[in-house]
Amino acid sequence: MATKGPINDPMIDPRTGEYAVIAPGHNFKSVTQKIAGIVLTSNTPLGWFFGLMVGGGVATFLVIGVTWLFLKGVGIWGVTIPGAWGFAIINFVWWIGIGHAGTLISAILLLFKQTWRNSINRFAEAMTIFAVVCAGTFPLIHVGRPWLAYWLFPYPNTMNLWPQFRSPLAWDVFAVSTYATISIVFWYMGMIPDFGTLRDRATMPLAKAAYGFLSLGWRGSTRHWIRYESASLLLAGLSTPLVLSVHTVISFDFAVASLPGWHTTIFPPYFVAGAVYSGFAMVLTLAIPIRKFYHLEDMVTLRHLDNMAKVMLATGSIVAYGYGMEVFMAWYSASHWEFFMMWNRMFGPLGWGYWILIATNIVIPLTSLWSRKLRVNVAWLFFISIVVNTGMWFERFVIVVTSLYRDFLPSSWGTYKATKWDYMIYVGTMGLFTFLFFLFVRFLPMIPMSEIKMMLPQTKVKRVGPEAETVIERTV
Amino acid sequence: MPPREGIYGMLAEFNTPSELVYATQQARAAGYRRMECYTPYPVEEAAEALQFHTTRVPLVCLLGGIMGLATAGLMETWINVWAYPLNIAGRPLWSWPAFIIPAYEWTILFAGLSAAFGMIALNGMPQLYHPVFNAPNFRNGATTDKFFLCLEATDPQFSLAGTRSFLETFPAVSVVEVDH
Repeated sequence: MATKGPINDPMIDPRTGEYAVIAPGHNFKSVTQKIAGIVLTSNTPLGWFFGLMVGGGVATFLVIGVTWLFLKGVGIWGVTIPGAWGFAIINFVWWIGIGHAGTLISAILLLFKQTWRNSINRFAEAMTIFAVVCAGTFPLIHVGRPWLAYWLFPYPNTMNLWPQFRSPLAWDVFAVSTYATISIVFWYMGMIPDFGTLRDRATMPLAKAAYGFLSLGWRGSTRHWIRYESASLLLAGLSTPLVLSVHTVISFDFAVASLPGWHTTIFPPYFVAGAVYSGFAMVLTLAIPIRKFYHLEDMVTLRHLDNMAKVMLATGSIVAYGYGMEVFMAWYSASHWEFFMMWNRMFGPLGWGYWILIATNIVIPLTSLWSRKLRVNVAWLFFISIVVNTGMWFERFVIVVTSLYRDFLPSSWGTYKATKWDYMIYVGTMGLFTFLFFLFVRFLPMIPMSEIKMMLPQTKVKRVGPEAETVIERTV
Repeated sequence: MPPREGIYGMLAEFNTPSELVYATQQARAAGYRRMECYTPYPVEEAAEALQFHTTRVPLVCLLGGIMGLATAGLMETWINVWAYPLNIAGRPLWSWPAFIIPAYEWTILFAGLSAAFGMIALNGMPQLYHPVFNAPNFRNGATTDKFFLCLEATDPQFSLAGTRSFLETFPAVSVVEVDH
């Protein structure tokens, strides 16, 4: 691509005309100082306390809402018959979808050797874990008797009761619990070398001891590095089919039911694409303020924002294809019920939800993200990321609610209206997510130092000594 | 088990990965075998110079995956066929296509945990104490921006004066003795 920006912009690589992945002028020391300094400083920025307090304050809504739910039961929510699934399932699917971008960045882009991901993978993985925490809350509190939620797992008990493995809801338990476990393990394993760096640079005894313990005694030995790299690649290779399977299994919760609007074969790919779409939007929502606040523009550059916007453009187009195919199949299947469901989704009493979805998921992002100028416009991208997150929430609202509330018999039609408790718990999980994220950026290295070092030009191993004639270029 | 007292090895510090790799190649050519490089990020050329090629992490991962697949498959079969048979819309008790999904997830779960914990175990971690941490300059550089080569005292080729003068032929920042 030809250079379009200012020719003397130091961030643009003159060879490719692309934005640089890391700003020039960094060395091993400056990278370490920059990233470790955020964690090891004793001057916590006031803004951090403010953000943590806002997150924690909003999270109290979750505590209050869940307490009242446990006292009263799911009757305080807007779920009824026929609309037996409401906010809890919408929010579950929305949150877990957001998590998928973290795994995509850390696993799939690693396998594809997209080294630009090194700057953003750590906080994208953190985002995954916190999103899964928020997501996992919902099915557990939705089961009606949450104190018996452990019945979901196969374990020997005196009742001789076991799960029924032909149900997609049982598959969900396995998919989501595996996803949470593997994400945490991958995340922690990636941080072990950085914990070693923090241990060696910490001055406070408590920090030294804590990071030393977490580093498991990491000392950067080459044999350790080779095994570590091997394990990283294996985990990436395992996480890739895992992340695709998780949202596929979640789509099976719908697609296996014989309900118009749910019973379609396009659901698995379209759910996975939607998950990645909303996940990248959330990475942008987080990355844009963080790079500004902590002055990380050197490491999370416009190249990253541009690339993430491109991924959103691609996955958003797949999602748009999914919407189109749903409408087409409603007509082409010649099924009376499918046709009515689609008409009701668009023009029924809750039709406004569908049009918000079309506007926020397709019209606004997919028209503007084609322009490189807008893709590197930070303010516009931040706006788009919020728009897409809204749109993806409405997608789940449309799928869950408008398929359910007017089913086969007009005499059993109902409607769906969320109560204040639904909103409270939903907003509360956003508070929890924010709270956990603020703790993460303060106490853990939010950019992997060792992986940033691998992208610096100084890593090139040249032949030195008496017989040196040729320069061996690093191939990786 | 080598004795845990006296000298552990001789540690040379370098500024660039190229110097480290060159010194490691030369040490190997001079007959040293028990040695290790310490770097702030993975340097594959150093592993080549050490002739360290294969790890057993993939094998551990594979065994874990097979174990996960077998565990989940057998568990589902036993539960849904013998322990708690239920007639779900007349479908066979052993509905293997439906059993694929939990078995698939547990294959990944067991394989992933085996890869991560296998890597940690094969690396001998957690090991909070190691002699190289005793070197005065090690903790300041090995995880930040410096590259170290340690020739260990258990190597038959090792001698205090000889190894030191050998390492000093390279442009090392420093060469220090490391005690247990």
